[in-house]
Amino acid sequence: MVPLSCYLVLSGILFVCGVLGFLIKRNIITIFMSIELMLNGVNLSFVAFAAQWHALSGQVFVFFVMVVAAAEAAVGLAIIIAVYRTRETLNVDRVNLLKL
Amino acid sequence: MAGAVNLLAQSHPINSALSLVVVMASLAAEYLLLGAEFVAAVQVIVYAGAIMVLFLITIMLLNAGAEERTNGSRIAIRIGVPGVATGGVLIAWTLLHRADRQAFAIGALKGDPSDIARLLFHDFLLPFEVTSVLILIAIMGAVVLANRPEGVARGPRKDG
Amino acid sequence: MSITAFVIISIIKSAAVVGVLLTAVAYSVWLERKVSAHIQNRWGPTRVGPFGLLQPLADGVKFIFKEDLTQPHVYKPLYIAAPIIAVVFAISSIAVIPFGNFVEIGPWGTYLQITDLNIGLLVVLGITSMGVYGVALAGWSSNSKYALLGGLRASAQMISYEVSLGLSLVGVVIMAGSLSLRQIVDAQGGVFWHFIPRWNIFHGQTIAFFIYMISAYAETNRTPFDLPEAESELVAGYHTEYSAMKFAMFFMAEYANMVTVACLATLLFLGGWHGPIFGPPILQAVMPVFWFCLKVFFFMFLYVWVRWTLPRFRYDQLMAFGWKFLLPLAVANIVYTALVVALRAQYPGIF
Repeated sequence: MVPLSCYLVLSGILFVCGVLGFLIKRNIITIFMSIELMLNGVNLSFVAFAAQWHALSGQVFVFFVMVVAAAEAAVGLAIIIAVYRTRETLNVDRVNLLKL
Repeated sequence: MAGAVNLLAQSHPINSALSLVVVMASLAAEYLLLGAEFVAAVQVIVYAGAIMVLFLITIMLLNAGAEERTNGSRIAIRIGVPGVATGGVLIAWTLLHRADRQAFAIGALKGDPSDIARLLFHDFLLPFEVTSVLILIAIMGAVVLANRPEGVARGPRKDG
Repeated sequence: MSITAFVIISIIKSAAVVGVLLTAVAYSVWLERKVSAHIQNRWGPTRVGPFGLLQPLADGVKFIFKEDLTQPHVYKPLYIAAPIIAVVFAISSIAVIPFGNFVEIGPWGTYLQITDLNIGLLVVLGITSMGVYGVALAGWSSNSKYALLGGLRASAQMISYEVSLGLSLVGVVIMAGSLSLRQIVDAQGGVFWHFIPRWNIFHGQTIAFFIYMISAYAETNRTPFDLPEAESELVAGYHTEYSAMKFAMFFMAEYANMVTVACLATLLFLGGWHGPIFGPPILQAVMPVFWFCLKVFFFMFLYVWVRWTLPRFRYDQLMAFGWKFLLPLAVANIVYTALVVALRAQYPGIF
């Protein structure tokens, strides 16, 4: 018997951790993982609201968010591999020239 | 939550990835508590079981090492952490402030697969088809991006 | 049923099932050695006990006493955690597998299953997906190029064939109308055309059966898909740097995965515990379990038979086969099954 605000606060904390990770981390892959963390936090609040309003469309939307996250993960990882091949580094600070 | 904080605290991306897996697994448990069993199963299969494995494979393939401190990261930490922390506190305060509304008990909303399927294929059919096209485009994009510049990727050197 | 009775019965069931599973894992090693020996025209273990039946015991003792080397260059936390992860996920998927019907002993009755979830099939798929981590982390933490390559190849292979594995099962789910394993088996009772049992393998899912078996062989990293751990290719692949007990845990995890796949195959395609039942009531309670075990044994035998008969796939052949052939075939099977089921619902007289 957990109140809704607890789930929302947890979702907010996950989202904030994701944003923090996105801002302070320098490794491209870790930045990407923070994006996934943000998406997960949002998923949690979707499911919590679906439970509150007894509307299953919240859960269906979580499904779509997951699909989009999967597609974005695939393309993003391909981009990371391409960047690594040309710049030889995974540090975001070093990828600071528009040409090699 | 501990997993999320750990993701920030770890310097080696592999440890961050593993703590993210922990986060996702515990989120799946939360979904089960909220009665969304199908979503929990899909979360484990898709997110924790496939996407994170992709992350792990990429980290291993690129041999990512521990992070290093550069100028950019110091600036980001000095400005970013307080800013985001303020934003987070604002969000939390707003949410908790309105908790004096009747804090209802979350029973289980049965997320039966057949009900979700009914919604998915009747009301949300268009988004469903559009996401399938999206995945197709993402696959094509990933294959094109990851190709070696001198042409189609060669097969493995070993034979037999 | 009261709470205490429920808890006690559940504990008994869990202990019994895990005990049987671990024994089955040990004796599947014996089965493999004997069958491979006879295929290769030699005897196999014959000295330790009659027909070499105590050989797994001797092997277990050997593993316990072997020196447990831990190289200095491995990444300790993951090195120790990887086999544990592999074994835990391999054994826990047995929790949703039903062995038989409702059984009554005196005033207590229970289903022969540790728990019946109405998304049981998805749970098994999820646990299989998580099992990839054991392999990937083992390859990474060993800090050696053969292990890393083996681990990467194995995990890429496993996630590729997970897709066709899941899709081949969707046809079964469409025909049964439920994701619960018990209901899928119940939908296979009875006969059609007067004598052919309505098992899914005869009743429309033959192609799905073959897709499932091939994908499952690739999932459990068994020949002909065992390039990641082949002895002659990559030293020993992802478990090169492991010795004694940790190696034994990987070994156990592989055979436990095989047993799980065999159980799933009998439940979904071969009708689970359905079979001719006759005799006095006490025998009738045991017969379904007997038929289940017989079918699982048949699948284990098939596993070993295929391993020692077929040559190994090369890695790119393997991946091309999974993505370019099995995946479209599985999707076509889903479309066909859905079409048949919808037509049958609309016009009841057609099939």
